[in-house]
Amino acid sequence: MSADAMESRLQASTVARRALAGLNPVLESLLAGVLGLLVGALLMKIWGYDPWKAYHALFVGAYGDSYGLASSLARGTPLILTALTFSICVRAGMFNIGAEGQVYLGAMAAVTVGYFSLPPGLHLIVGLLFAIIAGAIWSLGPAILKITRGVHEVISTIMFNWISHFLCYYLVANVLVDPIRGEKTISVPRSARFPILMRGTDLSYSLFAAVAFALVIYFILWHTVTGYEVRAAGLSPTAARYGGISSKRTMLLGFILGGMGAGLAGACIVMGLPPTYAEFSGLPQISNLGFDGMAVAMVGRTHPIGILVAAVFFGGLTAGGRTMQITAGVPLEMVRVVEGVIVTAMAIPELVRLFRFVWRRSSSLFAFRRAR
Amino acid sequence: MIASYIRSILVISLHAMVPITLTAVGEVVGETGGLFNIGLEGILMLSGFLGGGGAVLGGPVVGLFVGMGVGALVGLIFSVINTYWKGNQMITGIGINLFAMGFVAFGLIVLGAPGFRAVSPAGRLPPIRTPAGSLSPIIFVALGLPFLAYWFLKRTRAGLILKAVGESPEAADVAGIRVNLVRLLATTFGGVLAGLAGAYISVSWIGSVTKGISAGRGFISLATVVFSGLNPLLALVGGFIFGLFESVATWIQNLPGSKAVPWQFVAMIPYVVTLLVVTGVIGRVRFPKALGEPYKRE
Repeated sequence: MSADAMESRLQASTVARRALAGLNPVLESLLAGVLGLLVGALLMKIWGYDPWKAYHALFVGAYGDSYGLASSLARGTPLILTALTFSICVRAGMFNIGAEGQVYLGAMAAVTVGYFSLPPGLHLIVGLLFAIIAGAIWSLGPAILKITRGVHEVISTIMFNWISHFLCYYLVANVLVDPIRGEKTISVPRSARFPILMRGTDLSYSLFAAVAFALVIYFILWHTVTGYEVRAAGLSPTAARYGGISSKRTMLLGFILGGMGAGLAGACIVMGLPPTYAEFSGLPQISNLGFDGMAVAMVGRTHPIGILVAAVFFGGLTAGGRTMQITAGVPLEMVRVVEGVIVTAMAIPELVRLFRFVWRRSSSLFAFRRAR
Repeated sequence: MIASYIRSILVISLHAMVPITLTAVGEVVGETGGLFNIGLEGILMLSGFLGGGGAVLGGPVVGLFVGMGVGALVGLIFSVINTYWKGNQMITGIGINLFAMGFVAFGLIVLGAPGFRAVSPAGRLPPIRTPAGSLSPIIFVALGLPFLAYWFLKRTRAGLILKAVGESPEAADVAGIRVNLVRLLATTFGGVLAGLAGAYISVSWIGSVTKGISAGRGFISLATVVFSGLNPLLALVGGFIFGLFESVATWIQNLPGSKAVPWQFVAMIPYVVTLLVVTGVIGRVRFPKALGEPYKRE
């Protein structure tokens, strides 16, 4: 073989290996998803359900027709935003679990547009701004504690979540309460609602707000100096400090951008989800969006584009989960069990390698048995 | 009159102290070895739910052991991922918490009681009558265990090995210590204690299982560990402080004429106090050098 041919063959194999390595993250997400669904199936079996029937109902409900798909996208919309909250902070080197509480306050702030009237469009924008500002303000607490006192963000954000939880219980019941129906807040007026995107479904233009926010975050993180600094400080705080990057500034920025996303998620619910355009006591529509967002972020590899894809998957799980609950009788909460397994699996850095290792071990075991 | 108030606050405080102290002492041991387990909240939920179930089926002692078993299993899964498989401790913990949230809510619905299920009287651990009032036997475990843990960490060879693994895994490895195994044992032990704490909530203290059974106590325990600076005796003190504030909150809510203060603001007290305490003590506390990092051989 000539040296040239060898060279080109070598190059080809490197290219192939690189492509495979690039594919690994995708494989990992897929593998984690499958693992989650398997553990979910096992638990359903133990509790006496038919997992096959349940998953069939789930996926047909989520993606089987245009109504299901619209519903999946509608559920996925706020998850895009809360996933971004978590992801931005992971990129900045932190674990911000505070999206949950920030979503609550964003929703409350958005509801307040019901107290005044403005021309349509402007009313909507004012509501979104309120929510974004509320989310950002609520994220400042943990950010300041982290920067000035070094309080670990996992502890502080969880405490802020609980405080927000009780604060919003209070706001729903006592401050923003609907004078006619005591169990809910006042409704967002028609002029401040996102128009419905697809007639007969609950998918509204809020989807575009979420996608736009994802693209803005992508641009900031990967195409601006500030974004570069945030990511650099996240990868290696020490190296970044030598490079003259203030990690305090990047941490603050991570928290604020994340809080804006979470606040916007709250607004997308009360301004973009029919039929009531209000929040109820017990916060049923906005509960757990922050936590589900973390699963979306992990499967989306904390990258805005990956998150868009993952949000369709998790939105589908929630939307299809409802069908599963009705058709197969499996409680919707099963979905969160599956999410938990997926996130745990995503914590393992070399999931694919581990899986290949186990696979090889077990297949060689079978080969041995057959040989005997 | 005042004496009886003080006594009732003391009794409630001691009861509220137990889950936080137990979980925090377990986590002190785990963090000394270098693993930071934020999945404690999930362990509390799972062991509270399954321990409560075990108590209904087989009596309170079975319930407590089921809780510890669940804690051990989850702790083991957490530590295998984060030692041998070099996982990310934060993300593993978040995953465990999500799983537990779903599992408990799902389980309660399957049992036909969405949101709430009482543990039958036969399944509840009988309290011990003392001059101060009736106390759960687990209170005495929670009062004694920190001393045992203190002795273990400061006075035994095994405690020293654990500290070495947390401070300088490379050096420990060179000295022939199996770093990952030591970490695995320490964190699994932390899981067992969190499991006991969870089962205590449903089997002994509150006597029911709810969706929010842990109510952030796993994270309050993590804050207590920060407060303690990895000293089990201070974890006991910290647990008691949080118990005190929880009982004060309960006391205010039951006070005649307390309607002036909305209950939601009273319910915030433990979380606000946690923030204040953590903010106040941090900085003077030093944690193991290798905390939160998987150990990789060069």
